Amino acid sequence: MKIWTGALLAGALTALPLSAEPVEDTLILNEDITLVTRTAAPDHLSDVMDEVISGWHFRGTETRAMQADDFDNPGMIFVEQAEEVWNTVDGSEGKSCASCHEGSETMAGVRPVYPKYNEAAGEVRTLEMQINDCRENRMGAEKWKYTGGDMVNMTALLASVSRGMPVNVAIDGPAQSTWEAGKELYYTRTGQLELACSNCHEDNYGNMIRADHLSQGQINGFPVYRLKNTKLNAAHARFKGCIRDTRAETYSPGSPEFIALELYVASRGNGLSVEGPSIRN
Amino acid sequence: MELTRRNAMLMGVSACLVAGLPLQAATTPEEAIAAFTGGAEIGSGDITLTAPEIAENGNTVPIEVASETAVEIMVLALGNPTPPVATFKFGKLAASRAASTRIRLAGTQDVVAIAKLEDGSFVQAAATVKVTIGGCGG
Amino acid sequence: MATGVKPRVKVPKTAAAGETITIKTLISHKMESGQRKDDDGNVIPRSIINRFTCDFNGENVIDVVLEPAISTNPYLEFEAVVPEAGEFVFTWYDDDGSVYDTSKKIAVE
Repeated sequence: MKIWTGALLAGALTALPLSAEPVEDTLILNEDITLVTRTAAPDHLSDVMDEVISGWHFRGTETRAMQADDFDNPGMIFVEQAEEVWNTVDGSEGKSCASCHEGSETMAGVRPVYPKYNEAAGEVRTLEMQINDCRENRMGAEKWKYTGGDMVNMTALLASVSRGMPVNVAIDGPAQSTWEAGKELYYTRTGQLELACSNCHEDNYGNMIRADHLSQGQINGFPVYRLKNTKLNAAHARFKGCIRDTRAETYSPGSPEFIALELYVASRGNGLSVEGPSIRN
Repeated sequence: MELTRRNAMLMGVSACLVAGLPLQAATTPEEAIAAFTGGAEIGSGDITLTAPEIAENGNTVPIEVASETAVEIMVLALGNPTPPVATFKFGKLAASRAASTRIRLAGTQDVVAIAKLEDGSFVQAAATVKVTIGGCGG
Repeated sequence: MATGVKPRVKVPKTAAAGETITIKTLISHKMESGQRKDDDGNVIPRSIINRFTCDFNGENVIDVVLEPAISTNPYLEFEAVVPEAGEFVFTWYDDDGSVYDTSKKIAVE
C-alpha cells in the first residue's frame, strides 16, 4: 500500500513542471464577448514588465472552461442572489438599490474605475465603501460587513455587468498619494518569510510554488469563486490571506492600507478586462 | 495497523460510532460494487470515464461518464473516506447514457465507473486523478 | 432546512420533435459531507442533496443518487429527447427532508 502511494506521489511530482508559462488561450464569455486577458503593461509598470496577464491564464483547462460560461460558473449563483437584493427595499427610507439606479445593468462601467477618489468625502473609496455609503446615507439601512456574504455578492453583481470593460483606475491627481502608499506596501517585505507582494507576483509569476502556478496577482477577476472554499472571495480577503502566508500580522479588510493596496494592485491591471466573478483555485 | 478488510471495516464501524451515523452509511468499495452488481463478473467494454489527469483542486473535479447501452452507471472514488460518488439511472427519455458532474477527491486516487448494460452484464472503466496541493492557503 | 438553496436549470426554449437537447442543472447547496469538523473538533453532521430527478411530461429522463463526494453546489449535465411540447420537472431531495423543484416548458417548432 505504502509503496503504491509513494509511486503515485513520485509520478505526480515528476509530471508537474517546475516552471510553466501562462497558457495560450482566449477567454470568450458565453460564446459572445472576448475578454482581454493579456495586454501591454500600463506605463507605470514599463520598467518591470512588458505584459500584464490575467490569473485566468495560470489556471487549468477545466477551471478556465468553467469561467467561460455563466451557467457553468458557480459564482453566478451569488450574482443572482445579489440581483434579488438589488431590487429589495431595505432601511428607513423605503428604497432599494433599484429605486435610484434602476436596473443593475446601468452600473456597467462602475467596477472598472474603482477604487476612485470621492471629491465630497475627500478620500479614495473602494466599491464596498461606496455600497455602504449608499446603504447608510441613501437607504437608511445598516452597513454590510466589509467582506461579508451580502457585500461580496453585491460586488460580484456590479463586476458582472462590467465584464469585458477594461480596468481603468485613476492613479494621478487626488488619488496619487493613496496610490503611492499602495505601491510602497506592494514592495515592502512582511512577516517571518520576509516576502513582499512583488517577490511572488512580479519576480516569480509563471513559476510553481509547490503545486500552485504563481500568477501576477491581478485583481481584475475579483470577487473570485475559489474551488478551494467554494464561495466568492473579496480582494481584501485575498490580500489578508497572502500576507498571513508570509507569517505576518495582517491589515484588516477595509483598512486604509488595504484600500491603498487595492488601488495600486488594480492599477497594475489597467487595460485587462473586468472578469468578476472569475473562477480560481 | 495493517489495512486488511477486517480492519478497514472495524475502522469504518468506529468512525460511524464517532460520527453518530447509522452503520450502513460506511460503505467499502467492495460492498458498494457487490450491492450494484449482485456479485456478477465485471468486464470491460461499453463504458468511458473522462476525468482530468491532474485536478487543480480536489474540491471540484469535473467528470463525465458515457456508454451506448448502460441503464445505470455507478461512480466510485476508491480513495475517499466514503467511496460512493453517484449513481446515474437513465430513464426512457434520456437521449444518451451520459452525464457530467463535479466531484470531491480526498487525494490522488483511482475513480471507477461501473455500468449495468441493457443485456444485464457489467463493465467498468477507471481513471487515475492526481490531486495537487496548492502553495498558498490564502 | 439548509439556507440559500436555489435551483438553476438551463433548457432550450424550443426544439424539434424528437430532437436531443442538453440540459444543465445546478443547485446552490453546501453539500456538507459529514467528514469535516468544526473549530471545537466536533463532526459537522452530513447534510447533502441525496437524489436528483428530471422528468418530462411524466416520463423519466434521469434519476441520480448523490453521495457526499459530490461538490458543493451540485452540477449535473445530461441529454434528453423531446418527443413533444411539454414541461421538464427537476427535483432535488435534501437529507433534511426538504424537496426543491423547478420546471421549464419547452415548445416544439
